[in-house]
Amino acid sequence: MTLLSLSKVEKRYPGVKALDGVDFHLREGEVHALLGENGAGKSTLVKVMTGALDGDAGTMTYLGKPLKLKSTAHAQSVGISTVYQEVNLLSNLSVAQNLYLGREPKKFGLIDWKRIHRQSRAVLERFALDIDVTQPLSNYSVAVQQLVAIARGVDMSAKVLVLDEPTASLDAGEVEQLFGVLRELKSKGIGIVFITHFLDQVYSVSDRITVLRNGTLVGEFETAQLPRKALVGHMLGKELQEAAHRSGTREARAAGEALLEAADVSVQGSLQPTSLTVNRGEAVGLAGLLGSGRTEVCKAVFGVDKVSSGKLTFKGSERRFRQPADAIAAGLALCPEDRKTSGIVGPLSIRENIALALQARRGWWHPMSRAEQQRLAERFIEELQIATPDADKPIEQLSGGNQQKVILARWLATEPELLVLDEPTRGVDIGAHAEILKLIKKLCSQGMSLLVTSSELEELVAFSDRVAVMRDRRKVAEIEAGDISEDTIMRAIAEA
Amino acid sequence: MSNLQSAALPEQPVSPAGLRGKLPSLSGRYLWPLLGLFCLLAINLVLTPEFFHIEFNDGRFYGSLIDVLNRSAPVALLAIGMTLVIATGGIDLSVGATMAIAGAVCANLVVSGVDSVFVLLVAGLVAGLVAGAVNGGLVSILGIQPIVATLILMVAGRGIAQLINAGQIVTFQHAGFAFLGTGDFLGLPFPVVLVLIVFAAVQLLMRKTALGLFVESVGCNAGASHYLGINARAVKMLVYCIAGLCAALAGMISAADIQGSDANNAGLWLELDAILAVVIGGASLMGGRFSLVLSLVGVLVIQCLSTTIIMSGLPPKFNLLIKALVVIFVLLLQSPRFQAQMAALFKRVKKQPGRAA
Repeated sequence: MTLLSLSKVEKRYPGVKALDGVDFHLREGEVHALLGENGAGKSTLVKVMTGALDGDAGTMTYLGKPLKLKSTAHAQSVGISTVYQEVNLLSNLSVAQNLYLGREPKKFGLIDWKRIHRQSRAVLERFALDIDVTQPLSNYSVAVQQLVAIARGVDMSAKVLVLDEPTASLDAGEVEQLFGVLRELKSKGIGIVFITHFLDQVYSVSDRITVLRNGTLVGEFETAQLPRKALVGHMLGKELQEAAHRSGTREARAAGEALLEAADVSVQGSLQPTSLTVNRGEAVGLAGLLGSGRTEVCKAVFGVDKVSSGKLTFKGSERRFRQPADAIAAGLALCPEDRKTSGIVGPLSIRENIALALQARRGWWHPMSRAEQQRLAERFIEELQIATPDADKPIEQLSGGNQQKVILARWLATEPELLVLDEPTRGVDIGAHAEILKLIKKLCSQGMSLLVTSSELEELVAFSDRVAVMRDRRKVAEIEAGDISEDTIMRAIAEA
Repeated sequence: MSNLQSAALPEQPVSPAGLRGKLPSLSGRYLWPLLGLFCLLAINLVLTPEFFHIEFNDGRFYGSLIDVLNRSAPVALLAIGMTLVIATGGIDLSVGATMAIAGAVCANLVVSGVDSVFVLLVAGLVAGLVAGAVNGGLVSILGIQPIVATLILMVAGRGIAQLINAGQIVTFQHAGFAFLGTGDFLGLPFPVVLVLIVFAAVQLLMRKTALGLFVESVGCNAGASHYLGINARAVKMLVYCIAGLCAALAGMISAADIQGSDANNAGLWLELDAILAVVIGGASLMGGRFSLVLSLVGVLVIQCLSTTIIMSGLPPKFNLLIKALVVIFVLLLQSPRFQAQMAALFKRVKKQPGRAA
């Protein structure tokens, strides 16, 4: 029986359709995986079905009746509970307090602690959790906290449980524990919406899969009947062409000596030991789904994340970058994935945003004059065709694509030896998309060494001399120039 | 979904703040604080014309305006440091207590027989530097929220000053040191000259090197600043140290002025005046763009107001309340949202004159 169904849901943000006529059906007693790359619309859909956002159009049917959610509290009161990636409980309160927060059983008008503790133990027993419920929640691991959050949701008579990336910070054993609970809840008829980046987990726990891409519904599938490769194809928007190899499309350029060598570099909790080499004058693509570890490689190389083991060699000498400033001084540059929080300095002008990295490298005692900043800015505004009336406009007033060009200009101004681009075309409009690609190709032809991540396969195919494929936070394959095609990359991503 | 929102930027409706940003940035930012100051001066022109009377006696200017400048010197010094701290997105509640410490250090050195003004100055400044470094360390190295980190020294600092003074009010006689608070130079009270010197020095340090840009970058987006190679920790450390030094100077002026150190009352609540001055100057407590000039305009607004109330003959008991009302008014004037609402109101009144009547 269908528990919850949404049909023709639309949601637009200024300039962007986040959801465009999406259908979603959740049955009783199933685990339904909701999959898609960044910007596919997963989060927006979840927000609509849990009352956090109002859809612009579309209807929602719950237990056979139309439902219009007013708020998340309303959703919870009718039985739709959500557990977020970041546990949204109060970690300084006890486990029992968290379980009964806002609905404490009372006796003579006072909170009945004995009953709370007794009931809490009973509730957690169902989850095979034997912990001291009077201890603060923060005393327990994230996995336990996650289970407590789920227990709270279920205990509030949830019929629908939405889990937004619940496994992102769990280890293998903890994931199994969580899945055991999910299977039991399923057997009791609860419908579970499960969002994750890990395909292995999708196949081990889900019954059906809904795939979104760019705000539209790609399809609803039975997990057992959807091969992994086909799933990856749906997520990336590529149909898998069996045996249609475009081989020998390009010659490997004569690569120089090794510029960057990572030997078994790992980062605690986010990157398994990974080896990767970028040679001088070479463009290396980093492929993989969201959460596969591509961004983590970039961050480790650039000194954003602390490398916990392995050896990083740059220009022939072993380096240990403690912070980005060290990496920049050595000749690296990183265009980060999240432009808003790690890229732009919003209120500052285009001129200042372009000058900042070069200025930071020169040091505070060697200021660039305003005229020098202006020349630099004007040069790049023209070269990269940044659409702006002048260089004094605050960067936050530019479109995503133009912001990205300014960030690129910032790094090109430092004349780096290795330019790392993490999803350079993400969230940019189609025009700027093409121009940024053109720029990357131009940089390649000028002999710049590049390490570029992208979830757009055709981009990687277009400019990479070599493609490293990431999965489950480690490198799983490397594809040489002659074999690079969307097909080979996709196969490597999907292979179990 | 963050990428969707950033992709949505181009079509974003232009907010009032955005519109303001489109105006030539200087005139937009300077307009309201200066307007506030001119309003106050205009009120004085009507109520008490003698407010503007300045005379030259014994090699020095006298008059209400000079008095306003002289009295505002300690807060002006605090505001210079506070401006930088606030620009990085921080706040320093401890500057009043730091004033007390520096004053106590100097007073006790004088009493114990130190005669060199240079030694006294250095000792006071070192005390301020240590206080600033403690704040900076708590904020930048330990990552404690600035309001909590500096609250520690706000409370403890006064205690330290009391310990230095052994619980007494320490008075002293030292003509050289007293010059700091009561002397005059080039016809102006020395504290005013000191403010001008410190302002010029900090302004040069910020605008003629890249430090000002780094401070603003850290304040606007600390994460991005880290990614592009700015040592945000060092920048934060620096601004708290400068704030400490400014506070020490202010403390020495106050102590020199009364020729004594009162650990309980020196600089009491002045940190709040300094924060207020920076805010009246149009700075955001979230950090970002800063202007030392505007903060000093804010200081003058506060001091003019106090003097105006006294000179207008209103009983002093109205002082604090009127001050609060004026501050609310000045802040409202600067709020983009209030400006937009006012603009919308005017539009409606224009469209429907009948209803408005």
